[in-house]
Amino acid sequence: MSELAATAVAAGAAPVPRYYLREAHHPENGTLLGFWLYLMSDCLVFACLFAAYGVLGRSYAAGPSGADLFDLPLVAVNTSLLLLSSITYGFAMLEMQRARQGAVLAWLAVTGLLGAGFISLELYEFVHLIHEGAGPQRSAFLSSFFTLVGTHGLHVSFGIVWLVTLMVQVGKHGLIAENKRRLMCLSMFWHFLDVVWIGVFTFVYLMGALP
Amino acid sequence: MSDAHHDHGHDDGASHSTLKGYLTGFVLAVVLTAIPFWLVMGKVFDKSSTTAIVILALAAVQIVVHMVYFLHMNAKSEGGWTMLALIFTLVLVVITLSGSLWVMYHLNHNMMPASMHDMRKMP
Amino acid sequence: MFDHLDLKTLTFGRLTWDAIPLHEPILLGTFIAVALGGFALLAAMTYYRVWGTLWRDWITSIDHKKIGIMYIVLGLVMLLRGFSDAIMMRAQQAIAFGGEAGFLPPHHYDQIFTAHGVIMIFFVAMPLVTGLMNFVVPLQIGARDVSFPFLNNFSFWMTTFGAGLTMASLFVGEFARTGWLAYPPLSGIAFSPDVGVDYYIWSLQIAGVGTLLSGVNLIATIVKMRAPGMTLMKMPIFTWTALCTNVLIVAAFPVLTAVLALLSLDRYVGTNFFTNDLGGNAMMYVNLIWIWGHPEVYILILPAFGIFSEVVSTFCGKRLFGYASMVYATVVITILSYLVWLHHFFTMGSGASVNSFFGITTMIISIPTGAKIFNWLFTMYRGRIRFELPMMWTVGFMVIFVIGGMTGVLLAVPPADFVLHNSLFLIAHFHNVIIGGVLFGMLAGITYWFPKAFGYKLDPFWGHCSFWFWVVGFFFAFMPLYVLGLMGVTRRLSHFDDPSLQIWFQIAAFGAGLIALGILSFIIQLVVSFMRRESLRDTTGDPWNGRTLEWSTASPPPAYNFAFTPIVHDNDAWYDMKANQYARPQDGFIAIHMPKNTAAGFVIAALSAACGFAIIWHMWLPAIVGFAALLVAIIVHTFNYQRDFHIPADEVVRVEGDRTRLLAAGHV
Repeated sequence: MSELAATAVAAGAAPVPRYYLREAHHPENGTLLGFWLYLMSDCLVFACLFAAYGVLGRSYAAGPSGADLFDLPLVAVNTSLLLLSSITYGFAMLEMQRARQGAVLAWLAVTGLLGAGFISLELYEFVHLIHEGAGPQRSAFLSSFFTLVGTHGLHVSFGIVWLVTLMVQVGKHGLIAENKRRLMCLSMFWHFLDVVWIGVFTFVYLMGALP
Repeated sequence: MSDAHHDHGHDDGASHSTLKGYLTGFVLAVVLTAIPFWLVMGKVFDKSSTTAIVILALAAVQIVVHMVYFLHMNAKSEGGWTMLALIFTLVLVVITLSGSLWVMYHLNHNMMPASMHDMRKMP
Repeated sequence: MFDHLDLKTLTFGRLTWDAIPLHEPILLGTFIAVALGGFALLAAMTYYRVWGTLWRDWITSIDHKKIGIMYIVLGLVMLLRGFSDAIMMRAQQAIAFGGEAGFLPPHHYDQIFTAHGVIMIFFVAMPLVTGLMNFVVPLQIGARDVSFPFLNNFSFWMTTFGAGLTMASLFVGEFARTGWLAYPPLSGIAFSPDVGVDYYIWSLQIAGVGTLLSGVNLIATIVKMRAPGMTLMKMPIFTWTALCTNVLIVAAFPVLTAVLALLSLDRYVGTNFFTNDLGGNAMMYVNLIWIWGHPEVYILILPAFGIFSEVVSTFCGKRLFGYASMVYATVVITILSYLVWLHHFFTMGSGASVNSFFGITTMIISIPTGAKIFNWLFTMYRGRIRFELPMMWTVGFMVIFVIGGMTGVLLAVPPADFVLHNSLFLIAHFHNVIIGGVLFGMLAGITYWFPKAFGYKLDPFWGHCSFWFWVVGFFFAFMPLYVLGLMGVTRRLSHFDDPSLQIWFQIAAFGAGLIALGILSFIIQLVVSFMRRESLRDTTGDPWNGRTLEWSTASPPPAYNFAFTPIVHDNDAWYDMKANQYARPQDGFIAIHMPKNTAAGFVIAALSAACGFAIIWHMWLPAIVGFAALLVAIIVHTFNYQRDFHIPADEVVRVEGDRTRLLAAGHV
């Protein structure tokens, strides 16, 4: 076999070693892949909640059903807010690619406000339902409704906290590589939540409102 | 471990976002949202089951739109591992959802018969 | 609900001095022993001044090797707790017949079998598996650490604090009495209003976060950090099984998280997921928990299969037979493990169509496993077999695991399962595969990689003692249970009326005694090996004539693992290097980029556990404060951008120079 530089030779006309790298080796950064994998696991959490809703979603226990309760115009407004926030985050990412820190912060702020609007409307909806006696304890249908929609809302809330934290960090350190990675992770998170919402408004609200 | 001194940026073939991409995705998403809401709120179809199938199909299409235009899903990102992870997850989501619905339907049907008539038909 | 909203209730919840079980003699005795032993340990640590080293070099370490060792220590310590539960159960079942009530009333016995299962699965098997994967995989792929070293440390502490919460239930309050999977309605608030199930839920939720993140970490590591030239099909087989195991972890643990969250909502908020009324359906819990539970057992066994592959190949001096088919078999098992879960509840009434589907898939999944057994046998055939300890554990596995696998295929037949479900036959089956498969695999792995981790081999004599006590003990302890199960005896019983059964339980108790000697021998082995370490010293780094890259490093490896990143050309990379007169580089060393230690993982995990404890006892104010502190700690940690440093080139020169001298001295 080739003894071609299986041995180390003094620097100078050193042949390339066969079994090791003389230069510093920087392995690829795994943050984006790792975060994507985490998102896949989050997808499965939601799948379980959808499964629970699928199995228990018609168990009204002689109480109110989706058709009785769901305020579809409100849901339409909420859906628009979330979808808009997805596009404003997209604009923030475009500005990040152009290295315009101020514009990034501005679009992030708009995204955060839209997200906060979404959460406020959802809280209003929940409080209203509870007041009407249709709280999560009323029936298995309502338990699974509040849990699925509420878990999505919790994720959005954490996303907003993360967004604010990132705004401070970008303001402080600028658009360095680490911050750009974090912005990309939050981008994946935010869009993923919009994807889950598609499932929620279709499977829960629209189908729930059907006779 | 962070790469403080390099900015490898798009070393993995991730797509660049473009304004056109985001706007296309946005318009598609708006249309794919408006139609289901209209179908349900306007009671357009007679049968609920038709409405259900149509809106589920539109939801699936909109999810793909989000994946492509907002999440830049493609088969090259991270050497194909992103796509592989997504497909694997989707398979498991389908198994979890359909498996649970199938199993629970049978359990409920066999173990909680709705009437004396059903009870008499039990083995 | 809000009438008792005073500060005392908000702060202390339902925690009172009565929670400490002073009236239970066994617990009181345990508490005194633990307190004395613990105090002695802390005093010794102070006397020998190890606190600083402990904090700097272990608790805050992000080094995968140290974290791997700590996981294994956790697993072995918890093995002692889980096994003492087993001994108590065996003793009770051996004597409690007719008028003799035994020494464990049902209230206590039920907690013991619950804790035994929870601890053995979550705090023994999982940590041992995770620990070995953590230690070995980066070395096998030629990397310096995992992709996310801080997350690795954090995962470890979440697992440990989860175990801590379970241990706390011994002395403050009590544990669940529901069995290790805590089925509702028994685990719901109506039938288990006390803290036991809450301890269960929060221990598992906290540990579960750690496990999930560790899964993400290892997948990213294997995908991104392999040495140049190491394509997927050139990876060591243990790394392949680690990859599939971690895929299973990421794909299964979210389901556990979701189900336990739904159960806790039922308990804390009064929702109706699994209640008997208002539309709840307890079988949905059973369905979801087994969607997690079946992949979980594959999470436990796949790494063991990987270990056996490495051991067989090394100790037969041959390349593993059928590498590609081993990889495909592992991947097939990974996917199929999601299609069998209903076999855990055939008897619950899902009917013939559903039962036959899952019965068939269960039988199919035994095929790839069988293929692996044949591949190991073919590797051994015409090899030069060296019966060192790891190989003995492997052969023990082949005999014992195959028996267990066969009883599994028997149980996969739904009509047979209708007779045998929840009988002692089932208990015998899963202990058969878990002890024969997982435990023997972990012991083989620990024995195999111990010299790499610590620089000296384990004492062979005490290892042989341990092995034989385990093998013989296993047969005496569990074969009677197959007989009892076929006779119709149900699991989880603390008292029996039929005196003709007693002899079988007595034989089983004898077997448990032999296993106890096996565990004792293992502990003695650790102590004796440490005392004799100079005579057992491994100076070459390759004590077994191994074939994979970890054996190219020193024993123990330096912090940076490899002074130069290896380049891989073939499977069994180290074997390839040795066969081609590879000469270790002795100069030209450069500075190496490494991650820094941090206390953040420990702190965040501790706050999580404190928050969990507060929620268990309904101490709402501390819970809210704890949760807020947790969020703050996490956010503060994200503001730390200075997470790495460089090991200077002269340091590398010094370390590598020491190794050169050691290797030269060994050759004289």
